Amino acid sequence: MGIQPETRTGGALSEPLLAADPFTVDGVAFGSRLIMGTGGAPSLDGLGEALEASGTELTTVAMRRFSPAEQGSLFELLVEKGIRVLPNTAGCFTARDAVLTAELAREALETDWVKLEVIADETTLLPDPIELADATEQLVDRGFKVFAYTNDDPVLARRLEQLGAVAVMPLGAPIGTGLGILNPHNIELIVARAEVPVVLDAGIGTASDAALAMELGCDAVLLATAVTRAQDPVRMAAAFRHAVAAGRLAAQAGRIPRREHALASSPMEGRAQFL
Amino acid sequence: MDGHEAARRVDVAVIGAGVVGLGIAWEVARSGRSVAVVDPAPGSGASFAAAGMLAAVSEYHYQEEDLLGLMLASARRWAEFAEPLGAQAGYQRTPTLCVAADAADRRALADLRAVQEAHGLDVRALGVRKARSLEPLLAPGISGAFEITADHQVDPRRLVAAVLDRLGPDAVIRERAEGLVWADDAQPARVTGVRLADGRELAAGETIVANGLGARELAGLPVQLPLRPVYGDILRLRVPPPLRPLVTATVRGLVRGKPVYVVPREDGTVVIGATQREDGSDAVSAGGVYELLRDAQALVPAVAELELYETTARARPGTPDNAPLLGRVAARFAAGARAGVPAGGRDEGTVRGADDGGGPPDAAGLGHIPGLIVATGFFRHGVLLTPAAAKICVELLDGGTEERWNAFRPDRFAHERGRLDQAAAPRRTA
Repeated sequence: MGIQPETRTGGALSEPLLAADPFTVDGVAFGSRLIMGTGGAPSLDGLGEALEASGTELTTVAMRRFSPAEQGSLFELLVEKGIRVLPNTAGCFTARDAVLTAELAREALETDWVKLEVIADETTLLPDPIELADATEQLVDRGFKVFAYTNDDPVLARRLEQLGAVAVMPLGAPIGTGLGILNPHNIELIVARAEVPVVLDAGIGTASDAALAMELGCDAVLLATAVTRAQDPVRMAAAFRHAVAAGRLAAQAGRIPRREHALASSPMEGRAQFL
Repeated sequence: MDGHEAARRVDVAVIGAGVVGLGIAWEVARSGRSVAVVDPAPGSGASFAAAGMLAAVSEYHYQEEDLLGLMLASARRWAEFAEPLGAQAGYQRTPTLCVAADAADRRALADLRAVQEAHGLDVRALGVRKARSLEPLLAPGISGAFEITADHQVDPRRLVAAVLDRLGPDAVIRERAEGLVWADDAQPARVTGVRLADGRELAAGETIVANGLGARELAGLPVQLPLRPVYGDILRLRVPPPLRPLVTATVRGLVRGKPVYVVPREDGTVVIGATQREDGSDAVSAGGVYELLRDAQALVPAVAELELYETTARARPGTPDNAPLLGRVAARFAAGARAGVPAGGRDEGTVRGADDGGGPPDAAGLGHIPGLIVATGFFRHGVLLTPAAAKICVELLDGGTEERWNAFRPDRFAHERGRLDQAAAPRRTA
């Protein structure tokens, strides 16, 4: 359909446990659980190499900043690499702006997927919860599949899901800060109550932040700045590819309980095993 | 050729009279060759907007080492390039001050400085008090400052005027270049001049394509040049006499992660720039103007007192790796030009047909298309890179340039791009 290529395979690491465990959203399965943003990339080539190294199969683009009509644009790069585009409404401050931007994206890219961002102010870039809820309702009504970028508020995340969002995307920390996951407990709560995929979006600074997000039970991680503004974006993208995979495996493996006293991993005497 | 009125004949035709094209033309003229520049409106493109910072050091970006080499070579050449043009060209050895607005900005500049120094570049940490003693109108709340004495400036509009003066009116053909003229029957195939929009032909021993983004519409290019417009908004302001000088150095700031610069001119004006937009709009963006003024004011609060007398938006010719498309084109691509269609409308299949087209064998990878040099895609660095581009072009005319400049060959993307036929291209919005 239009610009969107068939979902490509091969993005996942060659790990059989991961191959059997795709990230599914709105009925579409992805081998990679890392969604990449494109903002802040120093060059188109550098971005392409970083996307390649990240293994991502889904990439979000700010419709207000990139015109799909331009020859040689970012969109052509994504088509060339077989990466699906998730248009976003970055830069929108009202529900009205966001809906108009989403409509433009649907027209230009022939996709009804949209990552909904409605920002309250430029200093925090935090979502405006009221406009966000209104925009979600309007977009769902117009047939969009809404990926809602939201505060790390379990109540709001739940409301967005009830309004029809196909995924909720709570922030770990404000956009571009690299502060990591400031309220892991809230992320756990959001995950525990959600029936749609939860994507940790924004605030990621380095690989361990992404691994933690996955360990907290998120279905995927979305990040941009942490890679595009790293000194070596390709290396950092590869780090995130591994971190997201590691976090996913760890989350499913069932970690040991934290305990106060040491416990030798192999028994020192011939006592019976109680396990 | 048949039916076309010949405009005239020159040794070298340069398509495009921006700073790059004019700089090349002037260097070519000084090498003793006859030259003509083809442009309907000289100096009206990206050169009209450019601030003219000669910022090889402060424009360095991580991992762009090839480009850094070219930028440094060009920066070193600027004084000798500008000298014969005299004061008219507006070349000044204004130093550059890189200012961090907050602690994270300082950290980002300090990280960058570590790499700049590793490349042997001179970036001196000043401290806030020292910086403010040099520039008292800097905001008291800035977080840090670094001095780069090697980064200078030129006024691109004055430079264009100065070079046009030196070249003389006869050297400029104010007409749009429609395409390259090929000698179809020649072996090897060669470019023999420029077809003008009015139907005339300018016959030339060598043709240099230096018309920035305009190269996308030029017919007969042998390879598709991966150029894309990266729009920028830029402001010009007049400093009221009591506030002069607003700043004595070029102030480049990082304000909450966003770059902004204030370039002081001799005539009491300043240039504040520049946004980078890929939104497809060549109109001045209100949001862009707002952000530039906001961020400039964070560094120099008195910016609010200035008279804003000009806002300009132009597109820079961006390339996938931010480096220029500069040099000759390998002979194996010659067949791609035969159809004479604009480069953008041709698929790679045509390019690949070199074997049956008549281009010379290129087994050694050394042969090139005679009569053609490309010099475009200078992105943010056109003014800075002009002396190097001019020198490299003249060296190519003389027979060859340094091996290291092969990194910028205009055909370096020819195999990577043009695969769009495998997946539908985005729908073009009207």
